[in-house]
Amino acid sequence: MTDHLDGNVLAGALSEVFTTDVTAARARCGGCGRMSAIAEAMVYTSAPGLVARCAGCDQVLATIVDAGDRLILSLAGLSAIELRR
Amino acid sequence: MTAATAGGTAEKFARVTARFGTHPCDVRSYAVPTVNRGRSTGVPVARIGADMSFATRGFSGRRREADTRLPPGQTLVQDWPVLSAGPTPQVDTADWELTLQDETGTDHRWSWDELLALGVEDVTVDIHCVTHWTRLDMAWRGVSLDKLFEDVESEHEFVMAHSYGGYTANLPLEDLLDGKAWIATEADGAPLTPEHGGPARLLVPHLYFWKSAKWIRGLTMMPDNDAGFWEQYGYHLYGDPWKEERYW
Repeated sequence: MTDHLDGNVLAGALSEVFTTDVTAARARCGGCGRMSAIAEAMVYTSAPGLVARCAGCDQVLATIVDAGDRLILSLAGLSAIELRR
Repeated sequence: MTAATAGGTAEKFARVTARFGTHPCDVRSYAVPTVNRGRSTGVPVARIGADMSFATRGFSGRRREADTRLPPGQTLVQDWPVLSAGPTPQVDTADWELTLQDETGTDHRWSWDELLALGVEDVTVDIHCVTHWTRLDMAWRGVSLDKLFEDVESEHEFVMAHSYGGYTANLPLEDLLDGKAWIATEADGAPLTPEHGGPARLLVPHLYFWKSAKWIRGLTMMPDNDAGFWEQYGYHLYGDPWKEERYW
């Protein structure tokens, strides 16, 4: 059973926060150090929030919780994101 | 937060779906009308058109009963949506172990057979998911946490539940004692499947269901109420469904 989607599903939610399409950006996993595009992450959507995990080591890279009038974003599992100008 | 009406919940669902894509609880859960509840209303669907006066009287009485058991912002469901924040661990009962660690560093351990030997009880409870669905009168079997804590001495007032797969949830110790929480091994008359947290999950039905950690493997006493997985990422530290304690 495929229980996750790829990182492209994050595009809508992240567009509320970033001015560019972050799913195309590369980022480094804070767990295993893997560099990959956000779009390559495994995103679990059947959850109380969106949970993006590293395709290499399963570490939670980012979470997005829709709290109604607030969006609560965590990027705690990423050590860095590369945003092209 | 004020109680959301059924319409408000539907609107939020539509908004969340538009923003995030498929909603965790799936469309079926939200599409079920609140008046035709099969088992909970006890009114067969085929009778509705044939005898409206009966059906109307029956629905209104039973709906009032159901509504008083629905926390604010919740919608009744008959199915059991699967929510998961990561890969589903596959744990054989032969390898399963539960550890309870207190502040002295002492580990209290139970194998699968040792857990069941403590005494399994049948419990029927309502469960409330923070994603707005509620199931009433759900049949569970499990071991009361009172049994696990019988020989544990601890000054600490909080507990972190740890799961196979790395999930965590924080709870006050008092919410786990006095017949309020179980290590559940069966639901709906069958062993818990891995997708629903089998072989064993925590069951703390008076709090939002994310506290009832799937794939439970350990309980660690804590001096402070440190945040678990969802509590770190935006969900409420306690999670009382009757107070709609959903988010920070």
